[in-house]
Amino acid sequence: MADTFNGGGVSDLTMLQAINETLHAEMARDDRVVVLGEDVARNGGVFRATEGLYEKFGEHRVVDTPISEAVIAGATVGLAIAGLVPVAEIQFLGFSYQAMHQLAGQVARLRYRTQGRYEPSITIRAPFGGGVRTPELHSDSLEGQFANVAGLKVVMPATASDAKGLLASSIRDPDPVLFLEPLRGYRGIRGEVPDGDHLVPLGVARTARDGDDIVIITWSYQVELACRAADSLRSEGLSVRVLDLRSIVPLDIEAVAEAVSHCGRAVVVQESCETGGFASEVVATINDECFWSLEAPVARVSGYDVPYPVGMLEDLYVPDESRIIAAVRRTLESD
Amino acid sequence: MTIPSDAQLREILVDMVMARTQSSRLWNLQRQGQVGTVAPIDGHEATIVAATHALDTDHDWVIPQYREPLALRRYGPEILERFMLYSLGHPAGGHIPDPIRVLPNQISLGTQIPHAVGIAWGMALRSEPGVALVFFGDGSSSEGDFYEAGNLAGVLNAPVVMVCVNNQWAISTPVHLQTAADSLADKAAGFGIPGVKVDGNDAAAVYDAVDEARKRALAGRGPTLIEAVIYRLGAHTTADDPTRYVPPEDLEAAQRNDPVLRLVSQLRDLDLWDDAAQEKTEAEALKLIDRAVEAARSAPLAADALLDHCLSADSQRLARQRSQLLDARSPEAGGHG
Repeated sequence: MADTFNGGGVSDLTMLQAINETLHAEMARDDRVVVLGEDVARNGGVFRATEGLYEKFGEHRVVDTPISEAVIAGATVGLAIAGLVPVAEIQFLGFSYQAMHQLAGQVARLRYRTQGRYEPSITIRAPFGGGVRTPELHSDSLEGQFANVAGLKVVMPATASDAKGLLASSIRDPDPVLFLEPLRGYRGIRGEVPDGDHLVPLGVARTARDGDDIVIITWSYQVELACRAADSLRSEGLSVRVLDLRSIVPLDIEAVAEAVSHCGRAVVVQESCETGGFASEVVATINDECFWSLEAPVARVSGYDVPYPVGMLEDLYVPDESRIIAAVRRTLESD
Repeated sequence: MTIPSDAQLREILVDMVMARTQSSRLWNLQRQGQVGTVAPIDGHEATIVAATHALDTDHDWVIPQYREPLALRRYGPEILERFMLYSLGHPAGGHIPDPIRVLPNQISLGTQIPHAVGIAWGMALRSEPGVALVFFGDGSSSEGDFYEAGNLAGVLNAPVVMVCVNNQWAISTPVHLQTAADSLADKAAGFGIPGVKVDGNDAAAVYDAVDEARKRALAGRGPTLIEAVIYRLGAHTTADDPTRYVPPEDLEAAQRNDPVLRLVSQLRDLDLWDDAAQEKTEAEALKLIDRAVEAARSAPLAADALLDHCLSADSQRLARQRSQLLDARSPEAGGHG
């Protein structure tokens, strides 16, 4: 499936600008789209992701809610039943624990438990991830926990262009989508973004770097680090492919199988704890799909099995370029 | 004050008698192993039936917990049909067909209150006339969702009617262990909305309270919390033994205030009800539920129904799982067909 481009031009945007531009465009395109969350209206969001929406679309479509994550998530169920297309923000993903029973227990199951009577066209946006020295429960990388919730899609862009194309697809998708935005990427990732309508289909991985010797499979901000690692290893003559999953649910199983079969060696990188993280699911998928093409055991690079740490320990926790490079070397040397 | 007409009261009683008769039949079917867990309706009939009779079924939503379906007859025969599918464990039981404005049962206590606020909010955004009426129990009033949803409903001035059915028991926990508040209706003060306490065994009083709350919501004056005070006359469910914890003298007092007997007596005095009406209604109730159970038993179920309606379209993984499931169930595989 090719990405959809319309208009032809491109703009150089940060990921944050791409997200903001997409929210503007989707609200203009479809008057059923409503934005709700803490500080999203008058303040334009604590990171300004929703900047200007309140001024442009008014207090009925851009709504500051009380500090109530459960009812932010729970109300999206009712809004969807009433025929609207809610785009809710959970201010930081760690706060989603206070909405877990609605997100996992209700939002994700609405279609299934009503056997298709209701179309849960619901998008929940939340920033997450390390590198910006936030207080406790702001940076936790919880995607693996949500990947374990049947009925929910989990979308994790790594580039500004994908942030736009995947967010537009998420808002238009008839299933509930958890759209996770890397804190470090808001202003730290920028790039050319197609002007006009730009859709990237959900569940189609992207080759961020081509290569033949080994593939690094990852998502979100870790794609940026994996690409830096690949570029640095290229100067040593190593050909390292980087596969950006874009969404962990739906998982592009075929792209994973194709990349691993081609390279014969793989490293999976994630920011979350190692135990039960989504990287384990990727490794299991590799076992299912292409175990006999492997020339070495698949390595994982993860956070450690501790709660997300305080600022002075953060750099030890979050995988960085050097840990990725070490894992790549180990896997290349292993026979 | 809006008092239901004699004709309305009679319709309310018909629905109440039907609900009790069918609930009793369902209890027996559970004891015979034919249906899953049943939550009997005894004692809740006046509150649930009268509340729905104050609604406009074309525009107003009902968001139930799980004890209500047999009392929602006013929303159409499909409610009973789907509830029997649900009771048998058929997935279609969760699909109450369009355009009926009733959500399926909610097992997770209080989680439906945010949904009701969302529906009411959505209707207001779309300028649709209508309210969302949500039922929940005294136990659910201890859940965070009750507070978050009531608070948001107040802030948004959403057209929602919150009906707290206080039957005095959350399984074995009495209401005085749920809250130190004198009344659950008092909790409305914290949301900045009106709180009304009614005798939930008095169908006319419930009708009046819901009618007023509905009119207030439609006039743009926001939500109301109604506490309907009743007594759970039966067990929590077929899995419960209330003799372990319900004081017999309390139950006997409550039985003397049985909402069905109370309205029967009232309508007999008005010559609107007699033994023949009772027998006819009970017979009709049994005919309808038996027919619905029969239909549910013979409802088709696709070999891969397990995987339907999880996502709008199968992901690569679901598609693989569907093939595996169908392969395992094929006769060649020695599956269960």
